[in-house]
Amino acid sequence: MEAVKLGSATVGLKSNTHAVLIALKRASSELSAHQKKIIPIDTHIGIAIAGLTADARILSRYMRTECLNHKYSHDALLPVGRLITNLGNKMQICTQRYDRRPYGVGLLVSGYDDQGPHVYQTCPSANYFDCKAMAVGSRSQSARTYLEKHLDEFLDCDTDELIKHGLRALRDTLPNEVELNTKNVSIGIVGKNTSFKVFDEEGTAQYLRMIEGEEKRGGQPDTTGQDPTPPQPPPGGEGPQDPIPAVAMETE
Amino acid sequence: MACMSKGDWYSPVQFWRSGPSPGSLYSFPGVLTAENTRFSQRSQAPITTGTSVLGIAFDGGVAIAADVLCSYGSLARFRDCPRVMHVNDNIILGAGGDYADYQYLKDVIEQKILEEECLNDGFSLKPKALHCWLTRVMYNRRSKLDPFWNSFIVGGLQDNEPFLGTVDKLGTAYVDHHIATGYGAYMALPLMREAVEKNPNMTQKEAQKLLIKCLQVLYYRDARSYPKFQIATLTKEGVTVEGPLTLDQNWEVAHMVRDGV
Repeated sequence: MEAVKLGSATVGLKSNTHAVLIALKRASSELSAHQKKIIPIDTHIGIAIAGLTADARILSRYMRTECLNHKYSHDALLPVGRLITNLGNKMQICTQRYDRRPYGVGLLVSGYDDQGPHVYQTCPSANYFDCKAMAVGSRSQSARTYLEKHLDEFLDCDTDELIKHGLRALRDTLPNEVELNTKNVSIGIVGKNTSFKVFDEEGTAQYLRMIEGEEKRGGQPDTTGQDPTPPQPPPGGEGPQDPIPAVAMETE
Repeated sequence: MACMSKGDWYSPVQFWRSGPSPGSLYSFPGVLTAENTRFSQRSQAPITTGTSVLGIAFDGGVAIAADVLCSYGSLARFRDCPRVMHVNDNIILGAGGDYADYQYLKDVIEQKILEEECLNDGFSLKPKALHCWLTRVMYNRRSKLDPFWNSFIVGGLQDNEPFLGTVDKLGTAYVDHHIATGYGAYMALPLMREAVEKNPNMTQKEAQKLLIKCLQVLYYRDARSYPKFQIATLTKEGVTVEGPLTLDQNWEVAHMVRDGV
């Protein structure tokens, strides 16, 4: 659970027709690339990870094989709820055996199937929750507050509005010096007639421009919450804090 | 380049897990010897068999019909064997060929439906999915030279559209609006095609009448058929499996046949 809290923030929310994942990518040093946070699983499912990246890779590999096997044998997309149940069962085994450790990663799974869009949260404890919107990772309490405040607006949003809400929620988790830019933000979307895709830099830039002028709400990070800013590199997490990132866009 | 986990005094790393160990006899898996083929054989002939199955898609649903006979070679032995099954509210299935193999797969499919009901998540199996799954199963068995000696017709409503597909013992699968297996492929299919050409958007009653007419023709000409039959119909209102019904027969012409009865 601690590993998830030390990973960088990610936000997931859904409307009546689409589900969106926004993630804050962290770079372990100025030299390295930002860690990829959103992983496509199938044409109708994608996940955002918070915690141990290696464990996330194993789980995403498992989810991909499950989806693919189902597609091969049934010529149909695996319903998201069933995938989550299988995943939960797999994760539970390592919480009960003496020689295994839990998977140290929390996932936000967004998917679309016949019953509509879904956002699920999974924990290393092997619990999973069907969510209307959720944020996990360090300093995510502010994002959750934003999501709770605007929960009723999400259902009827169009995709642009939905992504903007997600970006605003994510912005609330940032410390004062850091700004969202195309290098440290990842947006993934899936929905009706929309296969899961992660936007490239141009796509991300477009949405960042849309929320450019707005004031940051709840600017101060929530120090009374359970996610304190770690001054040292977090153990097993995604590396030391971001230094102030280089400005990605000429126009700023 | 995978570096295996370092062992230590307490748990030495295994050097070589499964496979021949030097110096000792090793029995390689999968080899056919007199010992392991004594009680099992492959590529058998079917014993108790059902004959043709007919299926047709009409405007708003599908219908599948088959007689209720299981022949023991040339003996008309079991005259009350249902060969059409109601899988769930979206799917009906008809089977010809070896009855034992059909009974086994019927149990497996019923178990699949049961597991889905236990999950209770609002999703129910759709006909295309069952058709695909059945194709995989049948093809897999034939590739082991131990086929399920059956031909299935899977029908139902896939996203409110009528779906009709077939799989045979080789794993050959296809989807069409009218399908017949066994002798039906030779005798009933041309009749069905002609009727559909004249009347592309059949109603349920017309489709059922067509199937019964084809079963009648098959009874006159297929030496392993029987005048009692079942017919299953699936529409969005639900599934009805009627049977066993009896075919009308007219043998008046028999005495005119020169060589025969």
